[in-house]
Amino acid sequence: MPWDKEKTASLLREMQTLVPGEIRLMEVCGTHTMSIAEAGIKSMLPKEVKLLSGPGCPVCVTPPQVIDAVLELSTEKDVIVTSYGDMLRVPGSKAGDSLLRRKALGARVETVYSPVDAVELALHNPDKQVVFLGVGFETTAPGTAAAVLTAQEKGAKNFSVWSMLKLVEPALRTLIAMDGFNVDGFLCPGHVATIIGADGFGFLPQEYKLPAVIAGFEPEDILLAVYRLVKQLAEKSPRLENEYTRAVSQEGNRLAQKILAQCFEPRFDIWRGLGGIEASGLGLREELKEFDAERRFRIKYASSEPPTACRCGEVITGRLSPERCPMFGKACTPEDPVGPCMVSSEGACAAAWKYAGVL
Amino acid sequence: MQEIITLDYGSGGKKTARLIEELLVPAFSNPALDSLGDGAVIKGDGQLAFSTDSFVVDPIFFPGGDIGKLAVCGTVNDLAMCGAEPKYLSCALILEEGLPMDDLRRVVESIRMAAGKAGVQIVTGDTKVVEKGRGDKLYINTAGIGFLKYPGLSPKNIKAGDAVIVSGTVGDHGTAVMLARSGMMQGELTSDCAALNGLCKAILESGAKVRVLRDPTRGGVATTLNEFVEGSALGIVIDEDKIPVRPQVMAACGMLGLEPLYCANEGKLLAVVDAQDAEQVLKAMRGTEEGRDAALIGHVSAEYPGRLVMQTAFGGKRILQKLTGAQLPRIC
Repeated sequence: MPWDKEKTASLLREMQTLVPGEIRLMEVCGTHTMSIAEAGIKSMLPKEVKLLSGPGCPVCVTPPQVIDAVLELSTEKDVIVTSYGDMLRVPGSKAGDSLLRRKALGARVETVYSPVDAVELALHNPDKQVVFLGVGFETTAPGTAAAVLTAQEKGAKNFSVWSMLKLVEPALRTLIAMDGFNVDGFLCPGHVATIIGADGFGFLPQEYKLPAVIAGFEPEDILLAVYRLVKQLAEKSPRLENEYTRAVSQEGNRLAQKILAQCFEPRFDIWRGLGGIEASGLGLREELKEFDAERRFRIKYASSEPPTACRCGEVITGRLSPERCPMFGKACTPEDPVGPCMVSSEGACAAAWKYAGVL
Repeated sequence: MQEIITLDYGSGGKKTARLIEELLVPAFSNPALDSLGDGAVIKGDGQLAFSTDSFVVDPIFFPGGDIGKLAVCGTVNDLAMCGAEPKYLSCALILEEGLPMDDLRRVVESIRMAAGKAGVQIVTGDTKVVEKGRGDKLYINTAGIGFLKYPGLSPKNIKAGDAVIVSGTVGDHGTAVMLARSGMMQGELTSDCAALNGLCKAILESGAKVRVLRDPTRGGVATTLNEFVEGSALGIVIDEDKIPVRPQVMAACGMLGLEPLYCANEGKLLAVVDAQDAEQVLKAMRGTEEGRDAALIGHVSAEYPGRLVMQTAFGGKRILQKLTGAQLPRIC
């Protein structure tokens, strides 16, 4: 697509005149992180404007003890583990161990593009147990819910979902309350907002006086959103703005919200980097427990986070930039990752490595 | 943990390179092998180029080609990139018990057609059959010999200011195979699988100062361009706006989470030539069927040593690394 380069240049010039000093903006969503890197946006911004990656990469916030339990289950006889491709390379607490490795050693692990495909796989393999790893935020949760309802409707009794689904708002509240929190404004995730509505991010300016702009994923969307955040900071007038009006309504997608409420309920959940947070995860409702993989396979997690060299937890809370991690590009590379941020297609370290920073 | 072979080692990216550099080259080291060109240049009565390649593509029939055509074109292209005129091919078939004979006939006919079009002869071969479940339908290995006509092509010749040219649209093969495999084939997207010895001849006889030619198969354009400047004092800068990509490929890549610059090509080449000769080379390329969409996509620069840098369509700049991990297994 040809960009309007003149418009881009004038936006950047105006941003430069507005910048009130060093400002730190956090993009919450991993898709934003990748889009920023792919278009080379950091190389264009005024040097005072810093973009940090937040806890918005789904596999990155999944704690190591959960990955370990997944790896354990994958080697059980007659189990087929299905997931989005992103999960395959994520190491557990032991660097080098991943679903990809387990697969090479004989585990049945299948990548699916849609959770409903996993239900189909279950129907075609009645003698196997098909488990779908439900990883993601409000964006992917409705698709996982649809798969559960499809399995119920078609009687796919050998299908189950391992829900690792998480909610954005409780994570942001926890992040803001953390010691050393140092972010001046949020670039809010457009996909999540499509589901929960623009209103879902109103708490940022209302309760924390933090500027918030909901942005789409084209480079132009992101640049415009950054400009609006800079402008709010220059005017000292924090508010919620919706740059992504072509997809995000005030109240969100009611149908998706309904199906979510039908299948899931909020529960205590553990996040990498943020720890345990009340009502921050989505668990299957009691009436759908027969599709709950954690119950079906009596999954047990290590009671404390296993020791690992990985520092992804600091990266996704904006406390450590990928390049400052002592393992970045040395002990930890996309081929031999120590932590999820290096392998997820939405990971901050993967973006920093792949695009080798700013020129 | 015990080291094991994973699909990454077949990606054509960093792990493949590690396997070659740490296991195979040290074991077999000799001057012809160590240069790690697409084929080896060996001494005989006159200079010969020699290359081999195995084909495990899944599915064996895909829009725009099949495993047989691919097996001929792949080896022919490796020889042509060395500056050789491909002449003789071997063809070894590994068949899985239960393969329909009609499928085999179709593949053999395709090999015959492709060899005829490329002007090479299949002069030796072998057939093995493995039990059902121990292979997947049909694997082919071809080796080829060519006579070296244009010696000296090498990334070492690259100079600052040189022009970087691609012979046509990028990412067609990888995307076509991926879509065929996932059952999402729309019919408009076909593999670019083609023999490039005619195109190479046109380039090398245009009178231009040609530094190096290479076909960006697994790992795609981004990986091959990285190989040109790896460890060198020079870098390459390409312009995203100028890289030809079919809209269907762009759309399919977006949907599948792939990048055209990392998708395999089977009928494209990258040429680095003296900047002053760029127009002349483009003209020669555009006069051939395989090079009609040839485009100048960038230049060699001393500014970013060892790096491939892209000026993005949006106006930013970013580095392109070699492919990491397996983008798609069994693409060729």
